[in-house]
Amino acid sequence: MKEAKTALEMYRMMQLIRRFEEEAARAYSLGKIGGFLHLYIGQEAIAVGAAHALEATDSVVTTYRDHGIALARGMTSNAGMAELFGKVTGCSKGLGGSMHFFDKEHRMYGGHGIIGSHLPLAAGIAFASKYTGDGGVTMVFYGDGAASIGATHEGMSLAALWKLPIVFVCENNQYSMGTSLERSISVTDMSTKADAYGMAKDRFVAEDVFEVRDRLKVAIERARRGEGPTLVEILTYRYRGHSMSDPAKYRTKEEVEDHKRRDALNRLRADLDASTDTRAAAEALDASVEAEVAESIRFADASPEPTADLLEATTYVGEFAR
Amino acid sequence: MKSMRYREAVREAIAEEMERDSRVFLMGEEVAQYQGAYKVSEGLLERFGEKRIIDTPITEAGFAGIGIGAAIVGLRPIIEFMTWNFSAVAFDQLLNNAAKLRQMSGGQLSVPIVFRGPNGSARQVGSQHSHSMEHFYVHVPGLKVVAPATPADAKGMLKAAIRDDDPVLFLESETLYSVKGDVPEGDYVVPFGKGRIAREGKDCTLISYSRMVHVCLEAAEALAAKGIDCEVIDLRSLRPLDEEILVQSISKTHRAVVAYEGWPYGGVGAEVVDRIQRLAFDELDAPILRVTTLDVPMPYNAKLEQHVIPQADRVIAAVEAVTYRRD
Repeated sequence: MKEAKTALEMYRMMQLIRRFEEEAARAYSLGKIGGFLHLYIGQEAIAVGAAHALEATDSVVTTYRDHGIALARGMTSNAGMAELFGKVTGCSKGLGGSMHFFDKEHRMYGGHGIIGSHLPLAAGIAFASKYTGDGGVTMVFYGDGAASIGATHEGMSLAALWKLPIVFVCENNQYSMGTSLERSISVTDMSTKADAYGMAKDRFVAEDVFEVRDRLKVAIERARRGEGPTLVEILTYRYRGHSMSDPAKYRTKEEVEDHKRRDALNRLRADLDASTDTRAAAEALDASVEAEVAESIRFADASPEPTADLLEATTYVGEFAR
Repeated sequence: MKSMRYREAVREAIAEEMERDSRVFLMGEEVAQYQGAYKVSEGLLERFGEKRIIDTPITEAGFAGIGIGAAIVGLRPIIEFMTWNFSAVAFDQLLNNAAKLRQMSGGQLSVPIVFRGPNGSARQVGSQHSHSMEHFYVHVPGLKVVAPATPADAKGMLKAAIRDDDPVLFLESETLYSVKGDVPEGDYVVPFGKGRIAREGKDCTLISYSRMVHVCLEAAEALAAKGIDCEVIDLRSLRPLDEEILVQSISKTHRAVVAYEGWPYGGVGAEVVDRIQRLAFDELDAPILRVTTLDVPMPYNAKLEQHVIPQADRVIAAVEAVTYRRD
């Protein structure tokens, strides 16, 4: 198959994200993880395709459904799982939780819990790249549920006005929590929002991780050339509910099954299985993913909790202002 | 010493820090070509160019967020709100991003940014343009809030704000912009968390900040004529708050009035009263009174507006009450 080495890398990461989250869901039901847990299962091709299209010097910002892009950018499973378990060895020292994965080393700037508010923030990172001329591109992910709120549009408006090196990726998983697309927005082709800002746009279904990578790369290179932002709407589907407390009764079993039949991870695996060599390699990767995820659970369980002395020290850089 | 107006002191601080550090830039509505809605940034576009003096469209949430994003990757933005009233539509950016990014990233990120602009009442600008926003922001851990009353402090504290590695909210006042005062020459920096004795006295402590310091000084002169000698404390910095200066003054006067703009429910004045009663309970000879904006939205009518804004006569009455000169 084409690009067999890359295909295997992407397969491993997609499989890791899925298995990481399946085990996180299990840990959640055992009470090891608290608060909210929003699973990315079904959408992995977007994070992995994006990570393969970006350079290490580029930046990413995303929503609270953030485990996938964090792992794809290079965060370790241990740091991710420990964060979910609220441990000090977590990526955000157990102070952020599922919604607030941060990894400065890999230029993954969160993990944001307020819908739309992270788009201006991401535009600011892109602004800094333009200001300093560092050549970096910022990619910001948001859901279809963020397409109507004000901050989203202010971020796009300014980014387009100033031709900032940024790519807006709308992960359209068809549901804003429990509200379907048709019930939440008047124009369901959300890539058309780009027209209002004079931005380039693209729109496709995330069934092939290579296609995700290649089409995002076009937008990234456009941004890097100084030709301004692109809005890329990628149609996808989350197999689980909005969060762990959501049984997803607003959609039919048939609808979910239909999407699972077109699963990008299964599709990639089927392609790998077509040749004996890549099939064997994929099986080996499955085993390594199982070992990595199991280790992350063990690591998270065994890790110590953060102590209260961290609280004030992480509130201000300087002396606490009281 | 050099005599200058408050707005010139703010401008000089911005210009000096921009000369010193190429990471510093100014962004906001009408700051560049229009030369600033209140002419604070006059001349800065010509001096520093459009890359660093940046006009924005009317998008407070947008450009506040852009500033925060630029700050976490190493720039040092100064974000001007044309007035602090308009920060209300960017409140989420200040509350959820500027104040929280450090802690929720486990300390990986810092947000070295300054938000600045005029705050409080102006003259007959109506209910939506007369807010004292500091009372909302001092509540938030992760933010620093300062409100200088004089040109010297405006310059020294803005320079400190720009050099600070945490988000600083810098509150000016439309009615202070033309006030003149002496400003020390050279690299004058005033650290946060230190109040200032604006007038020494022994009978009662008047505690204030920003424009109301000048009203308190006026009240103190009138009270001196009546034989009551007031000490006036200019807090300058609201978060962090200088507890030491409060305790020292109360230990001397045993009486206090807190006078400031803003509604009476909660807020900075209530916080000051709480600190004093906890730290200097045994020193008090009378309950502490507060003189605030009346508990209504600001009316347009000039006489009613003056009635609602705290004035010297209300400060005087409160001092007479705590010194038991009147009921």
